[in-house]
Amino acid sequence: MKLFNRTNITWLILIILTFVLLEIGVTTGFTSPVMQQTLVTIMINIMLAVGLNLIVGFSGQLALGHAGFMAIGAYATGIMTRQSPNFISFILSVLAGAVIAGIVAFIVGYPTLRLKGDYLAIATLGVAEIIRVAILNMEGLTNGAAGLSGIPIYLMNWRTATVFTVIVVIFVLNYIRSSRGRATIAVREDEIATESLGINTTKMKVAAFVIGAMAAAVAGSVHATNLGVINPSQFGFDRSIDVLITVVFGGIGSITGSIVAGFILGILNLYLQQFGALRMIIYAIALIGIMIFKPSGLLGGREFSLSTLLGREEDRPGFIKSLKKKD
Amino acid sequence: MAVFIQQVINGLTLGSVYALIALGYTMVYGIIKLLNFAHGDIFMVGSFVGYYIIQNLNLGLFPTIILTMIVTGVIGVVIDQIAYKPLRNAPRLSVLITAIGVSYLLQNGMTAIVGPETKSFLSAFEQTPGFVNQSVSLGGISISMMQIILLSTTIILMILLQFVVQKTKMGKAMRAVSIDQEAAQLMGINANAVIAFTFLLGSMLAGAGGVMVGMYYNSMNPLMGAGYGTKAFVAAVIGGIGLIPGAVLGGYLIGMVEVMITAYGNSMIRDAVVYLILIIILLVKPAGLLGKNENEKV
Repeated sequence: MKLFNRTNITWLILIILTFVLLEIGVTTGFTSPVMQQTLVTIMINIMLAVGLNLIVGFSGQLALGHAGFMAIGAYATGIMTRQSPNFISFILSVLAGAVIAGIVAFIVGYPTLRLKGDYLAIATLGVAEIIRVAILNMEGLTNGAAGLSGIPIYLMNWRTATVFTVIVVIFVLNYIRSSRGRATIAVREDEIATESLGINTTKMKVAAFVIGAMAAAVAGSVHATNLGVINPSQFGFDRSIDVLITVVFGGIGSITGSIVAGFILGILNLYLQQFGALRMIIYAIALIGIMIFKPSGLLGGREFSLSTLLGREEDRPGFIKSLKKKD
Repeated sequence: MAVFIQQVINGLTLGSVYALIALGYTMVYGIIKLLNFAHGDIFMVGSFVGYYIIQNLNLGLFPTIILTMIVTGVIGVVIDQIAYKPLRNAPRLSVLITAIGVSYLLQNGMTAIVGPETKSFLSAFEQTPGFVNQSVSLGGISISMMQIILLSTTIILMILLQFVVQKTKMGKAMRAVSIDQEAAQLMGINANAVIAFTFLLGSMLAGAGGVMVGMYYNSMNPLMGAGYGTKAFVAAVIGGIGLIPGAVLGGYLIGMVEVMITAYGNSMIRDAVVYLILIIILLVKPAGLLGKNENEKV
């Protein structure tokens, strides 16, 4: 498969076109600052959801501590950009946050993912809480419960957020379509059968978990520079659940679904603000209703694929030429 | 020494609360493999139901507890029938999200009804018989009447539960469904009725816990269920999820650890220590303290 085939070029054009349209919207004043702000929030949710979907939807492991990894990224960026508020230090802090989150995920994931069952869910629940308490108690570095304020928000706008999101999504998609990604999906489908094919199932599960955690850390970095103020209460259990809801709402095992759900829930949240206290009640009822009537989520594992749409099967990753029917 | 014994009693009291809630988590997980996140909120509902019963119906403590148990038991069954029953064959994650939805609904519904501020049982307390407010002193150790009531009620309820699960026909059916639901159904057991009964039992225990916590700690708010619920869930996992004695053991262990850390250590790190114990247990003995490691079958 060539890098510059018709599908990839079409994707590139689509991405640039969307970008240009948004840019025109901003300069003409059609896209208001509130909408731009919502767009950044949506991008953060998409990064979180895509990362968690890799863990939950593709390796089949339930994780309930995504907010903890987000907190690591947010604090890495908060601490570093307050020291030297420039773009280079921001990029370095994103990398640092992702690496630390990856290491933490590896330490937690390696022992618990050898087991079968809901153990990762319970362990990640605990780890997120430990991360939160650790941040609360490291007063010198993190300023405890009061949190960090004055993080340079001029480092973040919707353009940067979108670029980060596109990078994260492309990385995760390519991982899923690589041979390792296929092995990860095989683990989800049948762990014992996969093991019997000589695939190291623990390794696949840990790799997916680490990548998902790193995506969450990147989202956390964007979140920190977007708000300018971070404190441990932003990264509680509720936040992890919000991400899980986005994943399940969009469809477990569908990256397209996570992106669509990120947009829908982001806009829904904005719209529901006017209902005040009733907001969460409506949200809860909607959630239960959707799960009862469509338990597999909006897209239920299906993906939007441009190469299928263009009728160019040979551009699909994993395509094997000899299997194509000769007319 | 007196201080230490005092702390042990406090630990047992808190442990009883965790054990009562953990029993509901563990029974539901044992039977339908669902992490029922709404369970902690049933506990919270129980607390408020007890508050309003005492305030408006002028009943004594024990009738209040029994009436609350009936109300929360019915709520538990209704939740199961409306929210979980249609999803019996759905992916497990969908049921989990539904449970989270129910949890949000209970929290925010209750906030809408009673308001978000923390309420005190004190105003209701004055109408209850005076003995509840008294305490017994034994050589420098003071045990409040409420602690004695809480401990003894918990133990009575656990013995009753053990009797129901081990000796009655319904208990036998519960154990059968938890081992193999399909096989149990083939033997003529109505699995849905058994699951509803499990929710009834678990929610009744949580309701009793809610009333007694409201009285003992004298404060309650619509979000209290999440805090107690998560700890109780951790307790159930530490003891061995799905096992009734495990939930009791885990509950008392967590209660004791929390009280001891608050008394002799730094209360800021209390929650982190609890979760650290959880992770260590998961690494060393993933099936929990009382659990047996099962061999996998193909």
